[in-house]
Amino acid sequence: MAAQEQQQPQSRDTETEVDVPEAPPAAPEAQASDATQGVDDLLDEIDGVLESNAEEFVRAFVQKGGQ
Amino acid sequence: MRVMGSETEYGIHAPSAPGANATMMSARIIQAYATVTRQRAAGGAETRWDYTDEEPLHDARGWTVDRASADPSQLTDQPPVLDAEAVALAYGRQELELDGQDESGSLLMNMVLGNGARLYVDHAHPEYSSPEVTNPRDAVAWDAAGDLVALATVRKVAADTSLPPINLYKNNTDNKSVSYGSHENYLMPRSVPFGDIIRGLTPFFVSRQVICGAGRVGIGQDSSTAGYQISQRADFFEAEVGLETTIRRPIINTRDEPHATADKYRRLHVIIGDANLSQVSNYLKFGTTAMVLSLIEAGQAPRIEVHEPVQALQAISHDTTLATTVRLLDGRRVTALDIQWMYYEAAAKLAQETGVADSVTGDGHTHGVLERWESTLSLLGSDPAAAASSVEWVAKKSLLEGYRNRDGLGWDDARLGLVDLQWSDIRPEKGLYYRMLSRDRMIRIVDDADIARAVGEPPSDTRAYFRGRCVSSFGKDVVGASWDSVIFDVPGLGKLQRVPTREPLRGTRALTGALFDRHKEAGSFLAELLGQKPPPPKD
Repeated sequence: MAAQEQQQPQSRDTETEVDVPEAPPAAPEAQASDATQGVDDLLDEIDGVLESNAEEFVRAFVQKGGQ
Repeated sequence: MRVMGSETEYGIHAPSAPGANATMMSARIIQAYATVTRQRAAGGAETRWDYTDEEPLHDARGWTVDRASADPSQLTDQPPVLDAEAVALAYGRQELELDGQDESGSLLMNMVLGNGARLYVDHAHPEYSSPEVTNPRDAVAWDAAGDLVALATVRKVAADTSLPPINLYKNNTDNKSVSYGSHENYLMPRSVPFGDIIRGLTPFFVSRQVICGAGRVGIGQDSSTAGYQISQRADFFEAEVGLETTIRRPIINTRDEPHATADKYRRLHVIIGDANLSQVSNYLKFGTTAMVLSLIEAGQAPRIEVHEPVQALQAISHDTTLATTVRLLDGRRVTALDIQWMYYEAAAKLAQETGVADSVTGDGHTHGVLERWESTLSLLGSDPAAAASSVEWVAKKSLLEGYRNRDGLGWDDARLGLVDLQWSDIRPEKGLYYRMLSRDRMIRIVDDADIARAVGEPPSDTRAYFRGRCVSSFGKDVVGASWDSVIFDVPGLGKLQRVPTREPLRGTRALTGALFDRHKEAGSFLAELLGQKPPPPKD
């Protein structure tokens, strides 16, 4: 999400590290953001599937005893 | 690996007809499947149940409960009576117009299916009892096939616009103090002392919910405390050992109804499990339990005893961090995962000794169960949330947490209760488990195609093959069937012919497949089966 905006000023030892450390941290963050997006999509989908009046629906689900 | 099978009682609900009679609705479900299978021309799958060998009051500890002192709900060896008058009282006269009533005016309450399963009205729920299988993968397939059977009935009922549609839920409680079961059955040698079974299984059953609990919103039988817990069933257990299944539910159930040669076998009836939609949880439930029974038979179950197991069961269920410890009689305090690891180590060691887990010469299943068991316990120990694609209570929790985070809901919010309930709706467009599955958020153990096939075909390697093929090939001449019999009424024979099937591993495709293929008519089939010509597959 905010990953790109946080381009810190090049820190110490610029010469030796160049851009090696930059790439790896990006991957997990991108994944995390994909996952968040996935959850949002999922919840949106499920919003459309859920029975409309939650309280009434859950209250009316009354079962007789079983094993 | 071991002969096993599942039983699922579905929650039943008609949202547009609150208060509708549950037994009546369940009968409509059975009726619907009879109609569906007739339309599919799959033979007369409307075969009746034969109650001759039902013995629900036999206790594995060696006695039989007097009928008069049994709870009425324990008398499962009598066909439920639902006559025209009861139907009329429950639903009004127009209900009597339902087709498919038999001559006596009662509704069909029992069916034996072409896949070897039983579909029937159990108390106030429709129940699917899977055919006997020999391994946990097949247990998952034929249990999931039951969900497709249930789906077919729901569709059929919904197509009749003159009556209210019915929903079915694969769960275990209405969160208003009522629970209904999903049972497992395992075949064991009769020679194993029941005391060993009680000692060996109790710590395992107290702890196995961490891998196969289905998750539940609400704490307490009536959900009076807000929260989320691991197991659907834990709060409904009140005893350590007992015969009952509907009252004072025990961790170890002693019903001794072998449905097989009684001096050789016992059928261990397990009532503590949650109904599982997650295939991994279901696979582990059957696979690990079967392996623990092998440990008990070999005298190698971990020698531990949990102090106050009923309270321990509930304490473990109520803590989704898995940090809760329970006390062993030797004084140690251990978590559910610790107990599971003890059983895993013992099972892995025994499998090593006997060679059943060998990838080449083994039984083809133990290796897979051990691998999955170990990886699941490791995940739960290190990063439980990562088990969301496999362990059912974690999967459901991840969805609920998504709602809590997005909308700031407390555990007592009705929407979370609805998510919990609708998780188990067996319709793929409404059931939230199926929504997760369609997004590949849940791992499959069995292909969809194999599950679809299991709706119509019996397992090939148990007597269920014989039962299922009798129904699908000669259905019109089969008047009754049970786990250990098939009854024919062949025109011209003049009497009923009962074929006992008391050996669960006979009647397989290898033993009887060619016989079925040779005969188009029940008469000649029976003549060869019971006559002089080999091979007689039964007894």
